[in-house]
Amino acid sequence: MDLSFSKEDLAFRDEVREFLATSLPADVKDRCDRGLHPTKEGQVRWQKILNEKGWMAPNWPVEYGGTGWTFTQKYIASQEFGHASAPIATPFGVSMVGPVIYTFGNQEQKDKYLPRILNSDDWWCQGYSEPGSGSDLASLQTKAVRDGDDYIVNGQKIWTSYAQYADMIFCLVRTDSSVKQQEGISFLLIDMKTPGITVKPITVIDKEHSLNEVFFEDVRVPVANRIGEENKGWTYAKFLLGNERTGIARVARSKRQVERLKEIAKTELSGGRPLAEDTDFNNKLTRIEVDLMALEYTELRYLSMIASGKQLSAEPSLLKIKGSEIQQRLTGLLVESLGMYGAPYEAERAYEGRNEAPVGPDYAHGPMAEHLYLRASTIYGGSNEIQRNIVSKMVLGL
Amino acid sequence: MDFELSDEQNMLKDSVERFVKDNYSAEARAKLADTELGFSRDHWKKMAELGWLGLPFPEEVGGFGGTAVETAIMMENMGSGLVLEPFLSTVILGGGLVAEAGNEAQIEAIIPQVIEGNMMLAFAYAEPQSRFDLNDVETSATKSGDGYVLNGHKAVVYHGTTADKIIVSARTSGGSRDESGISLFVVDNNSDGVSRRDYRTIDGQRAADIKLENVKVGADALLGEEGAAFPVIEKVVDQAIAALCAEAVGAMQAANNITNEYLKERKQFGTPIGKFQVLQHRMVDMYMEAEQSKSMSDMVAMKLDLDDATERRKAVAAAKAQVGQAAKFVGQQSIQLHGGMGMTDEYSIGHYFKRLTTLEMLFGNTDYHFKKYAALAS
Repeated sequence: MDLSFSKEDLAFRDEVREFLATSLPADVKDRCDRGLHPTKEGQVRWQKILNEKGWMAPNWPVEYGGTGWTFTQKYIASQEFGHASAPIATPFGVSMVGPVIYTFGNQEQKDKYLPRILNSDDWWCQGYSEPGSGSDLASLQTKAVRDGDDYIVNGQKIWTSYAQYADMIFCLVRTDSSVKQQEGISFLLIDMKTPGITVKPITVIDKEHSLNEVFFEDVRVPVANRIGEENKGWTYAKFLLGNERTGIARVARSKRQVERLKEIAKTELSGGRPLAEDTDFNNKLTRIEVDLMALEYTELRYLSMIASGKQLSAEPSLLKIKGSEIQQRLTGLLVESLGMYGAPYEAERAYEGRNEAPVGPDYAHGPMAEHLYLRASTIYGGSNEIQRNIVSKMVLGL
Repeated sequence: MDFELSDEQNMLKDSVERFVKDNYSAEARAKLADTELGFSRDHWKKMAELGWLGLPFPEEVGGFGGTAVETAIMMENMGSGLVLEPFLSTVILGGGLVAEAGNEAQIEAIIPQVIEGNMMLAFAYAEPQSRFDLNDVETSATKSGDGYVLNGHKAVVYHGTTADKIIVSARTSGGSRDESGISLFVVDNNSDGVSRRDYRTIDGQRAADIKLENVKVGADALLGEEGAAFPVIEKVVDQAIAALCAEAVGAMQAANNITNEYLKERKQFGTPIGKFQVLQHRMVDMYMEAEQSKSMSDMVAMKLDLDDATERRKAVAAAKAQVGQAAKFVGQQSIQLHGGMGMTDEYSIGHYFKRLTTLEMLFGNTDYHFKKYAALAS
């Protein structure tokens, strides 16, 4: 057991710092720091810079374009990215479908999609949830019927993040209704430009457009776009969800939020004194900070176990549960720190064509947007209640 | 950076696990806790033979030269069996203070005896008014001839009942809450003027309130520099807190295992109660608290030897705060999930609850350490 960094690790940290200081575009950094949704243009511009540096996919095997970093280096990089408010790559391509493709896809699929994911040539979105299938994902109804070399897909997906930007969607579809739910699902990669696909926006409680409904009406998808075997899609879907949970703790981002809170609390007043001196405020902040520290060392402990070849079962669900709870507490306290200036929040769209900045101090622009959006963090990626079911079954054997 | 144990550390872990398995069944522990002494001198001898009593001491004085990580491994596994022997009082606190502050003669007179299992120690720091503040010392030590005369009241001295020597914090100068002016003295438990009220604590251990009335000690009883003991006390208490965190992790994991098994066995409404989602989610929360505590306990063990005292104090305060709140939650919910069975003194879970309850308060409770962390982090 040892927490120290080697000389190589420290040199690596300097390299990451230097790279972020010189290469991270100021506009991208600003949006990320405030907690606003990325623009497609900004995100893609940043991801191409990352790819040029060779750092787009730290978790991929080297043969597919991964960095070959040790878990200590990955930790260092994520800390530095968080501290600098450098956005992590949108997860749908590089963190979700990418690993499915290199683990279960055929050579042709790997050659076709992986380089385009690395270079952000395709924006991916995730076709999992349906109106009738949320936590009970395996009950999904979107059908794919074989017709020669194609499937014909009919149905509807919902809560699809950034589908309005997407070139590709990975979809769970029902290919057999006569068997147990989990055994009749297939995993398809679908071009969003295919005739018969309609995207309808959902306005979220943050008044922004990040979620969508995606409708499929007689959409022809080549059988060649199926990952792995027909009706084995549930296995690939579970693999993907397992991957999703490890990154979802967002410890480095939350540490940056603690810094922001401390900055704001120096300026905001309470009883004529800096909010930073308010006992109740400090009490809340300290409790979050300590919980976050415990989460950070839990994540490191699990990563260390994985690096030493140990098998984890559902332990990473803890990271998702605690990580999302902490994110919500932090954005809640950020809004609280603004006093009355938490209230005057408008969507960014509202400012188009107006020649004025958002109301209130500059730092007030962001926290409410993120606070509203992050109510979703305990719902997406498998709700926290579902995560507790998973731990109960897989770890505790109940 | 890594969190894995070395081969030697794994051997130590196995060896403590075996000791607990062989000697600390729930029945054996209950019997032992109920004896006059409250622990076993045979176990103590065995611990000496295994080299455990020399674990943190330097090799030059016959110790094992272990770090806080080895201490944590030992304490975590002892915690899982609620071990009663005064390892923390004698080795970590008493021995730690002597090794840290003592001169050559004092170290030679005491540490080898501790390692051999021939001498027990206790640390008398708390006073009725001091609550958790180590600097709040009213007990006085007045110069008299070559030595000192001690007067005062030391509160809840764990294992003050059986210690051969008691390390006493006393004020040689300054106001009652000043950090400077505090000194440490090694006092024989049977000295004239020492009167004890011995009692049992709810966690099955033994403690004493100790009154010092004109207790005369020689100059050689002074441990370290006169008036400059506070940083030493703080450092050794930090080591004790890290050890207690590890003990609490072991106790929480054991309490969780016992409760989890009970959920699988106990049937109501025709089904094991572990099938009820409301109890499953509670059990998951208990598991998560123990996991978070384990991470903090490992973290603090690795950070304890930091040169940067502020960083060390922050790590210790954060760890004790997390472990304290977790100990309370896991202990109390373990009773709740056992229903009426959790209330019976004969069943083991209540004993875990009681030790977890005292672990939360020892060396500062959760609120105290949150405040301490806030002050250090601002």
